Amino acid sequence: MEFSPDLRTQHLLHLADNALILGQRLSEWCGHGPVLEQDIAIINTALDQIGQARMLYQHAGKGMNPALDEDQLAFFRTENQFLNFTMLELPNGDWAQTLVRQFFFDTYNYLQYERLTESSDPALRAIAGKALKEIGYHAQFSAEWVIRMGDGTEESHKRAQDAVDRLWPYTGEFFESDGFSAEAAVRRAAPLPSDLQPHWEEKVDAVLVEAGLKKPVLQWFQTGGRKGQHTEHMGYILAELQFLPRLHPEAQW
Amino acid sequence: MNSIKNQEPTSETIRLEARFQNYVDGENKVEPKDWMPGAYRKTLIRQISQHAHSEVVGMLPEANWIGRAPSLRRKVALLAKVQDEAGHGLYLYSAAETLGVDRRELLEELLAGKAKYSSIFNYPTPSWADMGAIGWLVDGAAIANQVMLCRTSYGPYARAMVKICKEESFHQRQGYEIMLYLSKGTPAQKAMAQDALNRWWWPSLMMFGPNDAESPNSAQSMRWKIKRKSNDELRQEFIDKTVPQAEFLGLSIPDPELRWNEARGHYDFGPINWEEFKQVVAGNGPCNRERLEARRKADEEGRWVREAANAYAQKQAQRRAQTSEVA
Amino acid sequence: MEAHNDNWKIWEVFIRSKNGLSHKHVGSLHAPDAEMAIKNARDVYTRRSEGISIWVVPSESITSSAPDEKDELFAPADDKVYRHPTFYDIPDEVGHI
Ligand SMILES: [Fe+2]
Ligand SMILES: [Fe+2]
Repeated sequence: MEFSPDLRTQHLLHLADNALILGQRLSEWCGHGPVLEQDIAIINTALDQIGQARMLYQHAGKGMNPALDEDQLAFFRTENQFLNFTMLELPNGDWAQTLVRQFFFDTYNYLQYERLTESSDPALRAIAGKALKEIGYHAQFSAEWVIRMGDGTEESHKRAQDAVDRLWPYTGEFFESDGFSAEAAVRRAAPLPSDLQPHWEEKVDAVLVEAGLKKPVLQWFQTGGRKGQHTEHMGYILAELQFLPRLHPEAQW
Repeated sequence: MNSIKNQEPTSETIRLEARFQNYVDGENKVEPKDWMPGAYRKTLIRQISQHAHSEVVGMLPEANWIGRAPSLRRKVALLAKVQDEAGHGLYLYSAAETLGVDRRELLEELLAGKAKYSSIFNYPTPSWADMGAIGWLVDGAAIANQVMLCRTSYGPYARAMVKICKEESFHQRQGYEIMLYLSKGTPAQKAMAQDALNRWWWPSLMMFGPNDAESPNSAQSMRWKIKRKSNDELRQEFIDKTVPQAEFLGLSIPDPELRWNEARGHYDFGPINWEEFKQVVAGNGPCNRERLEARRKADEEGRWVREAANAYAQKQAQRRAQTSEVA
Repeated sequence: MEAHNDNWKIWEVFIRSKNGLSHKHVGSLHAPDAEMAIKNARDVYTRRSEGISIWVVPSESITSSAPDEKDELFAPADDKVYRHPTFYDIPDEVGHI
């Protein structure tokens, strides 16, 4: 697909791709959760994420020339046209990795969407208003699980600490503030990501302390997602996500 | 049932059983703490737990396609649908628990391969069209059964069914809509739809269980008003309703003997391959092993999660107790 | 087999579907503590916005009247027909009361 979106569109696609890729990953839990009640809970989060992705793609696609619909954006872009954080494409791993990832991202996402409800882009403002309630619930859910696992059994503590250590290097990407993020901040469409960092650290620190988990000292972070550079896992996600519509490009589903 | 049979029925039991039958005959509902014949309780536990297992195992063949759904709208619909099935499993385990069993015990039976679940879920879903066929036919057949069970004599089971039936209404429409798009779509899509119908038609008819003559427990269940219609009645209703829906799609049902019988006012249909049914129930279907392995894996890998939550809850309760002592 | 402490206890769930109505029993679920029971109840029993307020109660905390007392407890009310609106004859012309 010929595709060179402007910075404004890139910013919306970044938000949408985060939501879709995370929703795609979470939905892998469907039918395989640790207990029925949690199977249902994690699918709710997946549904919210994919719902947000749809609204954002629709908004992004409408502003493009020619206009594209949500499915064209989700199913016909190539890997380096996806602008999601690399953390979100990592395999689910165990319940600890899934929920720690969720906690890191939800905490960031809540701070971000809180500010998006004041966006200069009215459509984005409306989407954020709806999404914020969902994300607030997700953030509470994942923080509670981090505490429960950190302060649960010896095994759960070990698994939670391992997940924190493993995922920490991917959190740096949240706060990169160049390119479309800088442009969105100038337009007052979105907060500058680096502005969110102090609050994020504060919240994350508090939960990790309550959970009895150690915050990694590492300050060397992975990068790439915002520029369309992904981990080895991304190709497999897209292969699964996209294969059917690409096999029958002329079909309606 | 056997443990009851072995006991010499006392005159008191005979009196209570007669009163119970009378009560049920009067279309009254039985509630958890009411007196009920041991065999009634046992039959219900078996039936409700099998039903619950079916909902939960039934998530797997469809969950298989959530990641590959061909549009975002289809993806959320399928995800919500499969999530509902988890909810149905949960409602049903809850209903079974009112009879004095624990979900864990029921689950252990399933994981040990000792409990049955609907054999339809042991068939594979190699194609997207299977999501259409399952919603349309498998949920359709399940709904026929579940609508009947909304009037079952055991209160908690009936109430679970009412909730489930409300939620099911979108499942079948979701499936039929997939079939509609495929059958009106490209030649490849239409072939996909026909292939799925070919594979799911007969297993769907088997979902209603053996013919009435071969179904020994049915008569007693009907007397207790656990079941309200026989297997054959429900199967016939399903066929009569489904054939015109297939015609509307322009798909052909894979049964050369299928034709309208004016005199009966029903469709006649060809013989069901009960040997296949028996084999799949006995564990020899294409996916029996995979399905159980998937459930076992989820349960085993979830154990540390469930333990952690319990351990944390206990610590919290202790801390609360300590602070209130200090205060 | 080793003993596992992985069985969550049972909670009964009550939901108020809208203000003005009382909480109604909708079913049960498993959870390790009250916080999660509330969250699970939201996810399990209000997926279609069925409620605005949730109560959860550990099933073990519910005291139930014994079934054998059923006749004594409920039979007396059966003959207090004057408690029921249909006991009173109101002419149709009066309209709905
Ligand atoms: Fe169901
Ligand atoms: Fe269903």
